[in-house]
Amino acid sequence: MEAVFKMGASRIASAVNAGELSAKEVVTAYLERIAELNGKLNAYLHVNSTGARRAASSVDDLVVRGEKLNLAGVPVAVKDVISVRGLPITCGSRVLRGYVAPYDATVVNRLKRAGAIVLGTTNTDEFAMGSSTENSAYGASRNPWAEDRVPGGSSGGSAVAVSGGMATAALGTDTGGSVRLPACFTGLFGLKPSYGALSRYGLVSYANSLEQVGVFARSVDDLALVYSAMLGADPKDGTTTNFSWSIRDALSRGVEGLRLGVVVEMSGEGIHEAVSSALSTTCKELERNGVSVGEASIKHMGYSLEAYYLIAMSEASSNLARFDGVRYGEHPAFEGDWNEEYSRVRSLFGLEVKRRIILGAFALSAGYQEMYYGRASRFRTLLIHEFREAFKQFDVLIAPTSPTPPFRFGEKTQDPLTMYLSDVDTVPVNLAGLPALNVPVGTFTTDGTTLPLGVQLIAPYGRDDLLFTVASQLERSGLSSARVVEPWGRIV
Amino acid sequence: MAESDHRVMIGLEVHVQLNRLNTKLFCGCRAEYQGLPPNTNVCPVCLGLPGSLPVLNKLAVNHAIMVAKALNCTISRSFNFVRKNYFYPDMTKNFQISQYEKAGGVPVAHSGWLGFANDSLERRIRIRRIQIEEDPGRLEHPEGIGSSKYVLVDYNRAGVGLLEIVTEPDLASPDEARVFIQKLRSVLEHLGVCDTSREGAIRADANVSVDGGNRVEVKNISSYKEIVKAIEFEVLRQTKIIEAGGSVSRETRHWVEAKGMTISSRQKEEEQDYRYFPEPDIPVVSLDEDALQRIFDSMPELPDARAKRFVEQYGLKSYDANVLVLDKGLADYFEETVRLYTNPKTVANWIQSEILRQLNEKKIEINQLAVTPGYLAEMLHMIETGEISGKIGKRVLVEVANTGLPPRVVVERLGLTRIADVEFIRRVAEEVFRENPDAVEDAKRDQEAVNYLIGQVMKKTRGRADPEVANKVVRQLLNGG
Ligand SMILES: [Zn+2]
Repeated sequence: MEAVFKMGASRIASAVNAGELSAKEVVTAYLERIAELNGKLNAYLHVNSTGARRAASSVDDLVVRGEKLNLAGVPVAVKDVISVRGLPITCGSRVLRGYVAPYDATVVNRLKRAGAIVLGTTNTDEFAMGSSTENSAYGASRNPWAEDRVPGGSSGGSAVAVSGGMATAALGTDTGGSVRLPACFTGLFGLKPSYGALSRYGLVSYANSLEQVGVFARSVDDLALVYSAMLGADPKDGTTTNFSWSIRDALSRGVEGLRLGVVVEMSGEGIHEAVSSALSTTCKELERNGVSVGEASIKHMGYSLEAYYLIAMSEASSNLARFDGVRYGEHPAFEGDWNEEYSRVRSLFGLEVKRRIILGAFALSAGYQEMYYGRASRFRTLLIHEFREAFKQFDVLIAPTSPTPPFRFGEKTQDPLTMYLSDVDTVPVNLAGLPALNVPVGTFTTDGTTLPLGVQLIAPYGRDDLLFTVASQLERSGLSSARVVEPWGRIV
Repeated sequence: MAESDHRVMIGLEVHVQLNRLNTKLFCGCRAEYQGLPPNTNVCPVCLGLPGSLPVLNKLAVNHAIMVAKALNCTISRSFNFVRKNYFYPDMTKNFQISQYEKAGGVPVAHSGWLGFANDSLERRIRIRRIQIEEDPGRLEHPEGIGSSKYVLVDYNRAGVGLLEIVTEPDLASPDEARVFIQKLRSVLEHLGVCDTSREGAIRADANVSVDGGNRVEVKNISSYKEIVKAIEFEVLRQTKIIEAGGSVSRETRHWVEAKGMTISSRQKEEEQDYRYFPEPDIPVVSLDEDALQRIFDSMPELPDARAKRFVEQYGLKSYDANVLVLDKGLADYFEETVRLYTNPKTVANWIQSEILRQLNEKKIEINQLAVTPGYLAEMLHMIETGEISGKIGKRVLVEVANTGLPPRVVVERLGLTRIADVEFIRRVAEEVFRENPDAVEDAKRDQEAVNYLIGQVMKKTRGRADPEVANKVVRQLLNGG
């Protein structure tokens, strides 16, 4: 039998359901794997050894009683901004050190009900604010592909867990590319669903109107399996919606006749040539399968980054106000004025978080609200309209996920603007609420280091199914594949 | 100089708790939080725990729309919520989910009015807007504000639905404010959206200015009973300053209930920047005409319509009908009594005189009065059948109110039944005649003396003798019968 850590979610679930493999064996294998690798990779902030074993044995009990579970024994990792009852949730911040989530996020609850086992919570840039995990208060995660390269962020811990074979699939969150970018940098499939497709209940908000829970997996099938288990409107999240498609149908549908648009504003200047060539290889492969390829234009896309950061920071400044130490989290013993107490607690935030709170508060302040937040919101409406126009001509759009392959640690930490620029290709999708998916497409070798490449597929709002149809074709034709990678760069 | 020589302008921001809902505004916790141990009526949502999201209570929207309709407002076909950002320990998220008319916000309703009659003047107080928002938690200063070393927070109330009803500065006197609040309470009670008698159910801030001077905002008025007191104090305070030749400074003051006065907020309150922006977690609420019509159709009878009906159905005078409907409890009491005793005018008279007197003396609400509609009707029957006199009836009512005993029991216990027994009354009259020979002599010529003798008979029977019988018996005895 194949090593358990290399098995996909679909394989594990069918083996466990068939009684060929017990959930307990799966968990034991993964916990060993984590013990072996996490010291090097810093993917997990908290490993749920006891809880995972307990969950595994109850899954095994259910299987013995003849129940079939879609995710029977499938080990998953959860980004440390999503609540898992009984596990610490720090959001990569010192502010929440010691806080234990008192309830399950809806997505976690649905995964558990389907038989999945939460192995632990994974590293993130503090409050998901960053593109490399270097903003985590608990140290950066490492990219198994190369010792000196960032894994991407902010859901870097989840990406590394799946890439390194320390989880079969993982949950991240994508506010401005935080699933797609790390998926791209670690060579995984990474989905950012349509806004409202997945419940945000239990996800600690960074920028509510932009973010969605996303999924990392090493195959389209696995991605589909985990994603479907969480789909469906949630009465606890008023922004969720039901969609009528079935992913199973999407996977078996051919791509012939689909119209693919290459977004010109995202694929011209400033794009690394390896990324450009991955993009054109992908287009050619799809063309060979009967897809027509053309150029799509989103004329005002160039303002996306500014609009994105204004909105994200504004919402963040308000969302993060609740972390005052009164009800939970770190609260140093104190006597005196409560405003001083608030300041003391809130000085525990890291530099990037403070920067975004201050900038966001400024963008919302009287006299500036209209100029900053107001204009950014209006731009958003324009962008949604331009995407809608583009989707009259194309079924799916394609663009680089990142303008460059994974960058080095420290390369962008000195200048926040440089770091923000790494999101330039991912944020338009969040502003418009669209579904998008990073597909791994080959590698690029420089100075003896091999790095993964990826492109993103973008579909109209509510048509996540189209992403699965196209990605599935790319996987079938052998262009897209995700493999377990061990430090540093050993593909297994 | 009298207060009325000054031009007074009062505007109110009334906070009405939607306490007839089962649950809070954004979560499943109970809207009724009184009397529970601290921090037991809470959940991740109203505690603002990381990751929790608000989900709008649809019934709260219905209640808001009913109030807006009753206050003749323009109802927004599409509205949203905003965040009002400020740090305060009674806030679980350090922002309040509210509504706003600027910064991309659209409140549920605006531009209405509430009418009432005051001193035979028809008054219409304009409503600027109505907005839906969440109540914060409660701070407890165990040793009083300012002297406590620590403050306790109880979040049981956090997230309860509130309506903020903002008037234009149309109220011209504290008394008018009193009638306005009464009428508003009655509307809310009739709609069934607020039990206004519950503690904290109605709170207010008042803007008061005198003779076009600076506007003073009086905050922290924590019950409807305090609203008039606070305004009276503030109007008087400003009037005195003006009459002494001074000028009122623009400021925020707090109503201190225990001291019965407004005091200046210690630090000069800077214009707070609440950094409003649309709440991203609650989708825009859109209402189609059908949905609105269904809500309107479900609305119960309102005070004005009820007063009109009282005039038509029961033949009450318009003034009396309006007095009754100003308090829903009183109007209900009236109709219930009339069902049992079918002389509406008599019932209305008794309510407006004796019943209201009891409420005022005891400082209670009608539903706390021991004289139930059943008891009142029973007593009115006894008067009608001649068992007791109207005068005795008033005594009986007081006794019933004090003891809670049924009128019949009270009458029997106190021996108040009317005496129509001619033989008994004749014996009493003979006694009176023996004791008053001079009066008997005078009575042969003087009607005054006759009345005196009859009065003596009534007195000896402690008012219980049937006056007609007493009259007849005395005259018979005088005529030698
Ligand atoms: Zn609650």
